[in-house]
Parts: sequence; C-alpha cells; structure tokens
Amino acid sequence: MSFTRGFRGRGHTERNPGLPPGQYDVGSDWPVLTAEATPQLATSSWTFAVEGLVRRPVTWSWEEIHALPAASYAGAIHCVTTWSKFGVHFSGVSVDTLLAAAEPLESATYVVAWSHTGYTTNLPLADVTGDKAWVVWEYEGRPLEAGHGGPARLLVPHLYFWKSAKWVAGLRLLDHDEPGFWEVNGYHDRGDPWLEQRYQGD
Amino acid sequence: MGTSGPGPGPWQTARVEEVIEETRTAKSFRLRLATATPYLAGQYFVVRLTAPDGYTASRSYSVASAPEEPASSIEITVERLQDGEVSSYLHDVVVAGDRLELRGPIGGWFVWRGDTPALLVGGGSGVVPLMSMLRLARRLGRSELVRLVVSARRPGELYYAKELPGPETSVVYTRETPAEWPRLAGRLTEDDLRGAMLPQATAYVCGSSGFADHVTDLLDKLGFASDKIRVERFGPSA
Repeated sequence: MSFTRGFRGRGHTERNPGLPPGQYDVGSDWPVLTAEATPQLATSSWTFAVEGLVRRPVTWSWEEIHALPAASYAGAIHCVTTWSKFGVHFSGVSVDTLLAAAEPLESATYVVAWSHTGYTTNLPLADVTGDKAWVVWEYEGRPLEAGHGGPARLLVPHLYFWKSAKWVAGLRLLDHDEPGFWEVNGYHDRGDPWLEQRYQGD
Repeated sequence: MGTSGPGPGPWQTARVEEVIEETRTAKSFRLRLATATPYLAGQYFVVRLTAPDGYTASRSYSVASAPEEPASSIEITVERLQDGEVSSYLHDVVVAGDRLELRGPIGGWFVWRGDTPALLVGGGSGVVPLMSMLRLARRLGRSELVRLVVSARRPGELYYAKELPGPETSVVYTRETPAEWPRLAGRLTEDDLRGAMLPQATAYVCGSSGFADHVTDLLDKLGFASDKIRVERFGPSA
C-alpha cells in the first residue's frame, strides 16, 4: 500500500464498526442519486407484480399491497458512492410475503427488479428472501418522497443501495442471472458492501 | 437502456502534472496516468487517499478533459466542500509532482460518444462532465451537435470561464450577472432552454438534486421525452 503525502484522515480513530470498508457516515443527510428524471406516480394507478418462474403471477394495486402484513426495517443503508446512513426506518411489506403469494418454482434462482421508469437491477433470489428485502412506502413514519423512490421502492439494505430499485414495479423470477441497468454499466453484479463489490471485477 | 462503456481497471498511481485554479472554490488537476486508460466523455474516476495508519478515503470526480487516444492523462475538477475530507486535502495540500491513487473510468450511462445531438445542461460544479463533452465536440469539429447551457450563481463562480463561451454555449447567472449582461439574474427558465433545442437530441443534466429536478421539469414542459433525458445528480461528496 502506498500512502498519500500529507494525508492523515479525519476522525477515523472512532470509526463506526458498522461502516463497511471505504464508506463514510453521511449523518442526517440523504443524498439523492438517480440516473433518470424523477417520475410522479399516482398511487391510484400504481401496481406491483411478481412474475416469471412462479406458479401464480400476482399483481397488487396500492390498496391490495397495503392489506398485506406490514413489515419494517431499521438499520443502515450503504451507497456505492461511499456514503452510509445509519438509524433509518422504512416500512412496507416483506418480499417473502410477496413471493409466498406467487409461489416461486424450484427452478427460480435470480430476480430482476424493474421500475415504472424502466430501471432494472438483478439479484440472486437468495438475496431477497429470508427477511432481507422489502417493498417500502414509508420512511421515518411518513410517505416515501418521489425523489427517494416513492410511492414505493425496493429495499435490500445488505447490498449497495442501487439494488434497492426506486419506483419499483415488480420482480421477475428467472433461472439465470440477467444484469440490470448499472450492472451492464460497469457496476458489480452483486454489490456486497462488506466485500467492497463496487465495480465489475471487484 | 444501457450503453456499456469502458470499465474501471485496477487502482493505479497518477502523477499530478498541473493544478489549475478554476474559481475560488474549484481546482482542476491534470493527472498523468501510469497506464493509458480509455474513457468516454461523462465518465468519472475515484480518487483514494491513504493515511499512514492505512485509513483510506475515496471520492468520485468527473473528468473534465476530452478523451484522447491514447488517454495518458486526464483532468478532473474538484469543488472544495466545507469539511470535505478529500476535497479539502486536494485543494490545500496537493501540488504538482504529487502522486495520487485513482481508479476508473466508471459510469457507462452518462456518456456522450461524440456522434449524436446532445443538449447539455449543468448547474455549478455539474458542468464538469459536460465540459468533457463540449471539449470533445470542439476537438472533433462537431460543435453543431451540442448545445451547452450552464447555470452559475455569479461570474466568479463560472468554471472554465475563458474556454467555455462560444456559439454553442450560453450562461445563465442566478444571483448576479456581469455588467450589461442581456439577461437578468434568475433561475433557469424554459426560455433559456428553448434556444438550445436540437432535433433528436439526448439531454444530459448534471447538478444538485434540486437543479436536476428543476431542469427535468422544464424539459418535460418543452416536450422532451423522459427516456431521452440522462441525469447525474451531485449529492454531498465530502
């Protein structure tokens, strides 16, 4: 390792053990990073679908998805642009609940999450099952703002945040991996912050 | 919707060839790369600083220079942020001759290859990746393909102030204008963009999140299809 002349760094003697390598604590800010224009989606016409390798493809309306058992997440989120944010609270519904309704086939191993904007991101099925992923519409007890993916976004907090698709519209179950928007644009296929899987080849 | 570009190679060490003061709070760094690295206009590199105890801090910076063949040097422009751990180091400590670790290029979406009509709209430091595109257009002799609209708070805060002006660019000042400027100080409007419309153009919008939302709203009102708008938002990147 080569050192940078005259650089000592700041405050790292009290580094938070919850901070993955190469990340810093952004504090109370919540930066917005999006590759597209922010869409204004009406909840009256909003839908969420689970399709692909399932026994029963299901589409929920805004009211129908709210009638499912509520679930929430409290913890940290990590963005590949090196900020992490601690102590956040989201609520919505567990992806486990959604998948249970659609009954995945044995052959399903990957999912592609797609958004109402056309954004896509790919995930191993194992990364969205087992109480690790949610579709959320509330942040800190209030409706999720459009800039942060509202009315609803995917939340997969153990992976870099680009996997948590904003304006999510559904999950398609596949028997193979199909790289999404950032993944074909140079970013890592899986995106584990603890392994610093930021870019292709990491 | 993806358009894959060159991906990042391994970390490499670059030598600082020149430090250029762009404004009171922005400096450009010309970096000689150890390994020639092809990149596209609009892509960025990550700079990593390492302390003697092994602590590291990394931040991403857009390239301002036009891609060259071979790309043996790049120029990045860095805004000095209040309390910015990396940006203040780069501003206050780094001089020509220093060595910096970097990796790139990154980003295959917010890129322009120099052969399609492009409307470039930048706010503040958001002009940096657009400058790479403008420089590329000029070098290729394809200035007719681009229109650049830049929003700056006041004359002293305009990046690349000597080089940027030209028939394909316009500058909008939001707080204070130069003497006898034809436009009053004020936020970017539909009229400012109307004159920059090119048929079949893709829009590249770069700036703060508020700026990006404002510009995409204006483009929407002007009838710009949302799938022809590419956005790069600058969050706080201290």
